[in-house]
Amino acid sequence: MTIRTHIPAMPSHLLGIEGLPAATIVALLDSSESYIDTSRSLVKKRDVLDGRTVINLFFEASTRTRTSFEVASKRLGADVINMEVTTSSVKKGETLIDTAMTLNAMLPDALVVRHQDSGAVALLAQKVNCAVINGGDGQHEHPTQALLDALTIRRRKGRLEGLVVAICGDVLHSRVARSNIHLLNTMGARVRVVGPPTLMPTEVDRLGVDVYFDMKSGLKDVDIVMMLRLQTERMHGAFVPSISEYYRFFGLDHEKLKVAKPDALVMHPGPMNRGIEIDSAVADDISRSLIQEQVEMGVAVRMACLDALIGGRRNALPSAA
Amino acid sequence: MANGSGTPTAFINARLIDPATGYDGSGGLLVGGDGRIADFGANLFAGGAPWGIETIDCGGKCLAPGLVDLRVHTGEPGEEHKETFDTAGQAAVAGGVTSLVVLPDTEPPFDDASLIEFVNRRARQVRLPNVYAYGALTVGLEGEQLAEIGLLKEAGALAFSDADRPVANAQVMRRALYYAKGFDALIVHLPQEPALSSGVMNSGELATRLGLASCHPLAETIMVERDIRLTEMTGGRMHLSKISTASSVEAIRSAKARGVRITADTAPQYFALNENEVGAYRTFAKLVPPLRHETDRRAIAEAVRDGVIDCIVSDHRPQDVESKRLPFAQASPGAVGLETLLAISLELYHNGYVTLPKLFERLALAPARLFRLPAGRFEKGAPADLLVFDPDAAWKIEPDDFRSKTGNSPFDGKPTQGRVLGTLVGGRMVFRDEKRWPATTAATAA
Repeated sequence: MTIRTHIPAMPSHLLGIEGLPAATIVALLDSSESYIDTSRSLVKKRDVLDGRTVINLFFEASTRTRTSFEVASKRLGADVINMEVTTSSVKKGETLIDTAMTLNAMLPDALVVRHQDSGAVALLAQKVNCAVINGGDGQHEHPTQALLDALTIRRRKGRLEGLVVAICGDVLHSRVARSNIHLLNTMGARVRVVGPPTLMPTEVDRLGVDVYFDMKSGLKDVDIVMMLRLQTERMHGAFVPSISEYYRFFGLDHEKLKVAKPDALVMHPGPMNRGIEIDSAVADDISRSLIQEQVEMGVAVRMACLDALIGGRRNALPSAA
Repeated sequence: MANGSGTPTAFINARLIDPATGYDGSGGLLVGGDGRIADFGANLFAGGAPWGIETIDCGGKCLAPGLVDLRVHTGEPGEEHKETFDTAGQAAVAGGVTSLVVLPDTEPPFDDASLIEFVNRRARQVRLPNVYAYGALTVGLEGEQLAEIGLLKEAGALAFSDADRPVANAQVMRRALYYAKGFDALIVHLPQEPALSSGVMNSGELATRLGLASCHPLAETIMVERDIRLTEMTGGRMHLSKISTASSVEAIRSAKARGVRITADTAPQYFALNENEVGAYRTFAKLVPPLRHETDRRAIAEAVRDGVIDCIVSDHRPQDVESKRLPFAQASPGAVGLETLLAISLELYHNGYVTLPKLFERLALAPARLFRLPAGRFEKGAPADLLVFDPDAAWKIEPDDFRSKTGNSPFDGKPTQGRVLGTLVGGRMVFRDEKRWPATTAATAA
């Protein structure tokens, strides 16, 4: 059996980054490194999750995250079942609890859950006996995205501590932003949020970030620019006047990127709205853009998280908590 | 035992709490055979129990006018699985509430006189507390067309309200105030600017961390200010319900100083809890308006003390498990409160904000005066709606023990102080906590 890194203070579910100690984050990132090698080998399979069942339960449409979890689970040898629950016609809450109970009775080892409501994944986790990974809940958290972003940055910059990271755009509706703020702060990076005031959550500064309302000052001398998708589907009412105005003032192009450090790198959690929050020339610039690398790191990070939660070690030592 | 069946009953050895005079001291009270207060006073029965009439020894516990609760949601008609008049009535008397006013947001809503008659009939059947009804202010509670205020009032509606739904249109509210003036009808409004209060919790750091859509506290104050101006403009009367923010208190304070005919209430949750109660998406703490910041909580407690807020209501709103065991944004708002109203309000007394007579002014006297009910005070000839309680008795709030059909209380599991021992409505003992206040056998002197 392969030897895996021990993850200190690993919770029984991965519901969010907030409250996760630095040592846990570092150990998860270290473990992810070894899975990058696995994914890059000719034979991409490990037996860490042999015989385990992972259910991807998605109440909100997703291709990228679901596929990434599916690939990660399969590379570790688990059986994967994908469930996409469309919630347009049924009463959503009933579906959530009822579906959780039903799936729980099938004795899966892990549930990967995405839901459109903040807190829904934590609620579901209270009702099941298996490990739950939050694949994104409402506007709350998306922990594996923050971990994969951190892994991507750490591999390119060699560290997280002391870096200046600007998270730009629709912070209000973004669970990615929240998870990244928590993680980067825990790891000692300096975080800025940049965007129009209408897309900033109330008292966001209390999360330990510096707030900027324009790209020029917000991007000045930063090491990393994280762009966020403009979540038009979550917007009810007037947040920005028009797409073209948004692009003019908050879309990332090479011109706006000039004020950042010369070696500043660009990230985006995807899916991108080209020509809205990011210019294609920047997104596709292999010297600046980490966007493809983020996708690769996503698989490695999810392998590490699944391993940490339901890997073989737990069965070998039943008393290990 | 006092039963209103024709025998006078003497309450001896009591600590009388009289909100009308501010008296808090030993005394006695005599309930006549007609179920009305025959006499009371510091010296009544001071020389011992009288001969020949039934006697109840209060053992030094408090005897006060029964609570008058201006804000109770029941599930009847339409949502009987959440609460009926029977269960609400039992919860009320167990909580010391002797008169309650039922909100009109049922299915169908009380926008038709026949529904007021339905409430009156059900209340007579249940025969526990006195039950009154609000009439709807607008048809279907939709805030557009005025309801039949005159006909509803004739049928017995005490005041007019769209319950938890604010009237967004200022012109509709202005006309409602004018029209109600002709009938001397009181309008009760939940002041929340709807477009600014579509969120599910108070805006601030916690809402941002939890990723929940939030309501700014000024959504309330903006509406309070509008309502004050409209009341001033029309010379009407308005009662603002569930005041929850410091800035609303300031607006009401200055309006009252100018002589505007505005009154206000709040519920215990707004002076006992703050937004942190939401914690990790606790849906029992999802309320309308939402629980606010700690500075607001303190301002509400002070406003109750100062009288800027006139009344305390329970805002009893039962929700079954299926309505609460949901992601926070989807869960139904509201909390049951009839059985915790007194205990949580007593925190203001224990924390030194108010005296007991002052507290009963907010819980009984002021609401009774506002709705012109023969209750809330010791008065010879008034119905003997009374409450015996121990302000110091410690207990733990266990919703499983509630008489209410549902247990959605944000005070779930909290230790508290102050317990209802017995409740009389019209001289009839409708509730008695036999464990804490065992009935003594007949009058010792008889």
